Amino acid sequence: MSYDLTLRVWRGDADGGELGDYTVEVSDGEVVLDAIHRLQATQAGDLAVRWNCKAGKCGSCSAEINGRPRLLCMTRLSDFDPSETITVTPMRSFPVIRDLVTDVSFNYEKARELPSFAPGPRDDDGKRRMMQVDVERGQEFRKCIECFLCQNTCHVVRDHEENKPAFAGPRFFLRYAELDMHPLDTHDRRELAQGAAGLGMCNITKCCTEVCPEGIRITDNAIIPMKERVVDRKFDPLVWLGNRIGIRSKDDEGRTEV
Amino acid sequence: MASTDAGVTGPTRARIEERTLRQDRWWLSPLATFVVFTAFVVYATVRAFMGRDYYASPYLSPFYSPCLGDCVEGASDFGQPFQAFPLSAALIILVFPLGFRMTCYYYRKAYYRAFWLSPPACGVAEPHSAYSGETRFPLILQNAHRWFWYAAVVVGLILSFDVVLAFRNEDKEWGHMGLGTLLMLVNVILIWLYTLSCHSCRHAVGGRLRHFSKHPVRYRLWTWVSRLNVHHGRYAWYSLFSVALVDLYIYLLAIGAIDDVRFF
Repeated sequence: MSYDLTLRVWRGDADGGELGDYTVEVSDGEVVLDAIHRLQATQAGDLAVRWNCKAGKCGSCSAEINGRPRLLCMTRLSDFDPSETITVTPMRSFPVIRDLVTDVSFNYEKARELPSFAPGPRDDDGKRRMMQVDVERGQEFRKCIECFLCQNTCHVVRDHEENKPAFAGPRFFLRYAELDMHPLDTHDRRELAQGAAGLGMCNITKCCTEVCPEGIRITDNAIIPMKERVVDRKFDPLVWLGNRIGIRSKDDEGRTEV
Repeated sequence: MASTDAGVTGPTRARIEERTLRQDRWWLSPLATFVVFTAFVVYATVRAFMGRDYYASPYLSPFYSPCLGDCVEGASDFGQPFQAFPLSAALIILVFPLGFRMTCYYYRKAYYRAFWLSPPACGVAEPHSAYSGETRFPLILQNAHRWFWYAAVVVGLILSFDVVLAFRNEDKEWGHMGLGTLLMLVNVILIWLYTLSCHSCRHAVGGRLRHFSKHPVRYRLWTWVSRLNVHHGRYAWYSLFSVALVDLYIYLLAIGAIDDVRFF
């Protein structure tokens, strides 16, 4: 069954713009990206929208639907009443380029600031080994599709542009946690996470977790564990005393601070 | 005209006047949190400063346990080392459970949203012009959460001991049980669930490790705590209600408004 959907789509660029009203014919089973594509094909040929896989795996079509950060391709029209107006805007934390397309280079700059994986020497037979249980721990973090919806919804930069130089954001805290939990990595990134990456600015209000289309428990499984690791490094006198008198956790051996 | 705002209405962002375009009732959750937390804080403050009606043999209110000040007869199972303390005995020990909850990762989310509106909800602009998170005093003290967790474990043990003592009758004879015993038992179970599902507990038992494979026992503990941790927020609410309910029941017993329902 098809019906006429009322769409409000933000049109404009860095110099200004506004929400435009459109009526688009849509069918059962379609997603918001289908409606946007039909709008582009029939009424607004110059509408700019970034998309690629249409399967929730490439992270390209991030936008805001009725004010909530979502993937256009994973938001079903059946989640809305057919009479409801659906408002689609670009992500509101990043500089707008045109229409629904934003400049997400902030995220790539932050990625570059993060020291990459640094494994130790190989075993005698030239291989590196990890036990299955240690491999499994990081699998949740590997599900990230880099849609940057978490970065977009995080109020630390969404509401405070001035924090961007000092704050890496949830996607990269996820990466910090993944590497810090990696048994083969030789870097100690805890000081860096708290200092240059601004982990202390996160007040764990969990919006990143709420919007993650992959269902990664970013706050509980990455940010809070990373905060606890920073406490080990900086704020726990017992750990400090243990290090001073030589009772050091063997688990941290072989790591050097970056 | 170019905007000079630094947030969602900033000059580089898509020019949208509304601070949020959300149409759902996003305000309901922070409002409910605000109302319930405020009600609890008012109730707990009044009860903590009252300094009376906290003991109805054999029940001791969790707000006053352990009763280390100048407490009524029968209430002090661990002596009265702070007998000279001039104010309510609750004020001596409440700092520990209060500190545990104030620095709790779940409660932080709840009160930052509901009381400080930072942010009030996801995708809703916060009203503050500047933000430094938990990097400065006093919020940098949130990093002391694990210390309060250590104290919370001790408090949990003491409250468990109180439940054992509650299996007596008014004359301190063993082998009896009343509605108060049941309420205290449920309360202490919820408090243990809340305490053991804590993120700092999860970190301490195994989360801090880099090699799960080298520590199978701690890994097993970590998996158990992780299972509880998923429901940490739920336990935070339930235990908040239960501790207030137990205190209210004992208060009503102490002032003689009701009689304890004795099971055996």
